[in-house]
Amino acid sequence: MKTRLIPAAAVAAAAVVSIAAGAVADDKAKTHPEPAALAAMMKSSWSKVQPDEWKTRLETDEVQALCNLYRNAPPPDVAAKIQAAAAAGVVYPADGKVVGDWKKGLALANNGRGGQFSDGPDTVNGGNCYACHQMDPKEVSFGTLGPSLTGYGKAKGYAAAAARDAYAKIYNSHTTLACSNMPRFGPSKFLSEAQIKDAVAALFDPESPVNK
Amino acid sequence: MKQHVMRTAAALALAVALMPSGAGRAQEAGSSEAEIQRYRDMISDPMSNPGFLAVDRGEVLWSTKRGTKDASLETCDLGEGPGKLEGAFARLPRYFADADKVMDLEVRLLWCMDKIQGLDTKEVVARRFSRPGVASDLEDLTAYVANKSSGMKYEAQLKHPREKEMFEAGEAMFFRRSGVMDFSCATCHGETGLRIRTTNLPDFAKPGKTAQESMGSWPTYRVSQTALRTMQNRLWDCFRQQRLPSVDYGSDIVTALSLYLVARADGGEILVPSIKR
Repeated sequence: MKTRLIPAAAVAAAAVVSIAAGAVADDKAKTHPEPAALAAMMKSSWSKVQPDEWKTRLETDEVQALCNLYRNAPPPDVAAKIQAAAAAGVVYPADGKVVGDWKKGLALANNGRGGQFSDGPDTVNGGNCYACHQMDPKEVSFGTLGPSLTGYGKAKGYAAAAARDAYAKIYNSHTTLACSNMPRFGPSKFLSEAQIKDAVAALFDPESPVNK
Repeated sequence: MKQHVMRTAAALALAVALMPSGAGRAQEAGSSEAEIQRYRDMISDPMSNPGFLAVDRGEVLWSTKRGTKDASLETCDLGEGPGKLEGAFARLPRYFADADKVMDLEVRLLWCMDKIQGLDTKEVVARRFSRPGVASDLEDLTAYVANKSSGMKYEAQLKHPREKEMFEAGEAMFFRRSGVMDFSCATCHGETGLRIRTTNLPDFAKPGKTAQESMGSWPTYRVSQTALRTMQNRLWDCFRQQRLPSVDYGSDIVTALSLYLVARADGGEILVPSIKR
């Protein structure tokens, strides 16, 4: 799942050191290191967790550790590093086509399954976009954690470059906003390349109800 | 009950579907908000709240002699003195010197079952979340004890160093992102006035009204689960939705988060058991 795992405490310590060394000027970014008692408490509280994949979920990777340290408000230099690393990690479709099937994309947006311990092994992961975003204006059950995406492609003039940006954003939203609340669907492999293309199509196909 | 709610949901869907499609978006959002509120009002009629059946079962359990020691729970000290129930829930979780541990209500009940009654708590924990045909002593007792604080206000206990340590761990856990979706509790509960799908999200990042209203409504009867549910169940389910592994019942992390949440809801009125979707 994760490319590289470093203990959160080590990352946090390293981050503090680099900030202290690099940005002495007047860096007012507040840090929130994890209290000493937390790790042991977590270990005893998930005592029965067996498979490595599930254990990994309690660890933090570098990005998570940094976002936690700054409570999602990293100072500009840290934010820039997170965004640059995210952008460098985006894997675009080999043929350059980022717009898939809008119908599948809307189904994906409506599917909130996947990744939970209550899900069966054959569960197909969904994007669960409606949990946070408005898309098709006819869908009343939409969340407001993220911005409304209604009319998204139309507003961008269905431009190819904008669709490519949207692909990158869905692949890893930290490309445009460091410590964004949105899951990193690409790096976590939670969604496949084809699924991300379908999600882009839901936003960028003129036939998609999102643009009606 | 369930059928009634399903009909309501269907009516809601129909009402929404029948809305003129030409209407302005702001107006549409406004009327769906009103419909959602109407739906919420319908499921919170106190006269038809089955959560009070759990309160009644809990009352019987509290005074029934059980376990190898053939004792009732009537001498159990929930922080206010042996057997004193009024206001106990409003001041939990708290530090208990006899156990040298910060405990929430459910952990403390288990401790009393073990020490006072000599009950097999493994068996009790196996039934921690009720399901059709299997009652949960912990849900029923929690409903009963919490109800004795209904109408009172939360008084978060944070003076003892161990309580402070627990709060700090809870706060860190609340903001700690991890897992396959990078979620923390704060992802959904870090701001005021947001919602997931049609569910309003209480803000637990700071003290405030939505935190008070939410915490003041637990334990609650969940219509969708046809069961009374407690904070232990809610946080276990939150971790599931966060895509984390199944957290142990009565574990320190759950107590830590509960104390953090009660601190955010400090001064808020407790009206329990409530009824929710």
